[in-house]
Amino acid sequence: MNRIESIFSRCHAENHAALIIFAEAGYPDLKQSEQDIDTAIENGADIIELGIPFSDPMADGPVISAAGQTAIEHGATLVNILEMAARIRQKHPETGLVLFSYFNVMYNYGLEALCAELQRIGVDGILAVDLPLEERDELLAPCRAHDLHLIPLVSPATSAERAHAIVQDITGFVYYVSVRGITGARAAMPPELAKNLAQLREISPVPVVVGFGIASRDSAHIVASCADGVVVGSAFVSACAQPGQAAALVRELRAGCVRENS
Amino acid sequence: MNTHYGIYGGQYIAETLMPTLKELERQYLLAKEDASFHAEMDDLLRHYIGRESPLYFAKRLTEYCGGAQIFLKREDLNHTGAHKVNNTLGQVLLARRMGCKRLIAETGAGMHGVATATMAALFGMPCEVFMGAVDVERQAPNVERMECLGTTVRSITEGSATLKDAMNAAIREWTATAPETFYVIGTVAGPYPYPMMVKDFQSVIGHEARRQCLEQTGKLPDEVIACVGGGSNAIGIFAGFENDTSVRLTGVEAGGEGVATGNHAASINGGKVGVLHGAKTYLLQRPDGQVTPTYSVSAGLDYPGVGPEHAYWADLGKAHYEVINDDEAIHAFDLLCRLEGIIPALESSHAVAQALKSAPQRPKTDVIIVNLSGRGDKDMENIREWKKHHR
Ligand SMILES: Cc1ncc(COP(=O)(O)O)c(C=O)c1O
Repeated sequence: MNRIESIFSRCHAENHAALIIFAEAGYPDLKQSEQDIDTAIENGADIIELGIPFSDPMADGPVISAAGQTAIEHGATLVNILEMAARIRQKHPETGLVLFSYFNVMYNYGLEALCAELQRIGVDGILAVDLPLEERDELLAPCRAHDLHLIPLVSPATSAERAHAIVQDITGFVYYVSVRGITGARAAMPPELAKNLAQLREISPVPVVVGFGIASRDSAHIVASCADGVVVGSAFVSACAQPGQAAALVRELRAGCVRENS
Repeated sequence: MNTHYGIYGGQYIAETLMPTLKELERQYLLAKEDASFHAEMDDLLRHYIGRESPLYFAKRLTEYCGGAQIFLKREDLNHTGAHKVNNTLGQVLLARRMGCKRLIAETGAGMHGVATATMAALFGMPCEVFMGAVDVERQAPNVERMECLGTTVRSITEGSATLKDAMNAAIREWTATAPETFYVIGTVAGPYPYPMMVKDFQSVIGHEARRQCLEQTGKLPDEVIACVGGGSNAIGIFAGFENDTSVRLTGVEAGGEGVATGNHAASINGGKVGVLHGAKTYLLQRPDGQVTPTYSVSAGLDYPGVGPEHAYWADLGKAHYEVINDDEAIHAFDLLCRLEGIIPALESSHAVAQALKSAPQRPKTDVIIVNLSGRGDKDMENIREWKKHHR
């Protein structure tokens, strides 16, 4: 069993959804960012999505966009973020680590070189925000060659037929975007979420996690009842700006991930 | 359908937008085969936009250069003052056909914003235009024009606060509001099918120019010159001569203060391959893949990428891409004003400047066509400021 499979099967056995925390790597700076990620893991995050800052984050709302800009200004690059990832892996051998990036940054590094390095470090997979089914072969090949999961996105706009093509031969997990739109905390989850997720889980060979908009224990709890994992991004990034808040938020979210019964 | 031009182009975009892009492609290909779609477009091109635009022999400019005959394709005479309207008409007709309720657009110089706002007014559709705060400042007259036309202008302060940031903002809005909202992209950039669609709508320039040139000179031109921001006016005029191997196609990128200074917007000449706004293309970026701020005196050329088909043509040598710096463009602007009584847009002045270099090296029997993509009324303040700082 690979690390991601173990995580989901452990979470399942413990009757909670996996808690996936998106951290903008290098925000506010590399040192603090590493501490915030340690904090998230120590307080219950099962998987960390390492967000790679990009100058033109067109799928992100104001919180993550601004954090990315700060991170770049403070010197974050893919190279020093990979060094940080290696240290995180050393400290937390059981936590899932997924690189979450826009394609251009990875493309410039070199896709083959990047995948080889990620394998060496012990990162589990890659999620490329702007690499849909139509373009993903370019990255899928080196991912396969280096035992990395390429995590696909499915959205409420995706038809059942298209979703099938997307998830068909995927490993790791599938990321379902809860809303049409960009990242950012939202007050409520869309009403059709449970139905859409049931359909997706039916056809997906791997666990399905939900992200975009989840910001509180309550919304985490709603999602935990119908998904294998809960992703929290903007709310965590906001919390990182205030001392002590990140730990409290992650504990709250982790409590929300617990299912009533199964 | 092949969505790429060699390795360039494609659809590097969030999954949420993919179904919208697929539907757009399907509907566009249907419209393209539909005579009634073309009939409505042709009627408006003629009676509303005022096509065809003249091909004008610039006699005094030609004499000044003392070489090839220079002709100007007068896109500046179109309603709204630039080539941009050829494209917005096509896209907005398509938006109506698709039942979209609202329009959004990005704009740099504001010409595309005005052209979109104009179509929104003509068809009674609500419209919002995203514009970088820096451009709102330096192209203020166009902001006022858009507002007069009933469009809301959203000033974007993020990043470098220019065209690329306006486009990021527009794509975000589109992600949240498609398919009810139609995104009118102003150049041959963006994910497929935009580069194809915008080229088709702009190719009217090249088809007219080819016919006019044959009528007026009895031959094909020897060179066709156009400025390249994203590349829509260039690909539009080049399209008419794509299969004429004797015609040299020259795109002109904005050199700003010079490519060597780093302060420029010459993506093909000074960039490397990357992915931005949905397409793989030449991009101005740091070695680690962060897109760099660009600089040009001309807001409409101030963009770090270039349409993917241009990237492909550059590699193939099918077209050639030169660089004109700010000072050369301003000089060409002054000359055209004084010699021909035509006030060109700063963008178009880059193409004129390239003709000033090329014409003297060619015999008098040669013919050069310059795509005069727009008029310069919007640039008056900008040019005064530039001259103040560069005396
Ligand atoms: C008059 C004029 N010419 C050229 C351009 C550059 O765009 P493109 O390269 O797509 O023709 C602009 C853009 O704003 C413009 O206003």
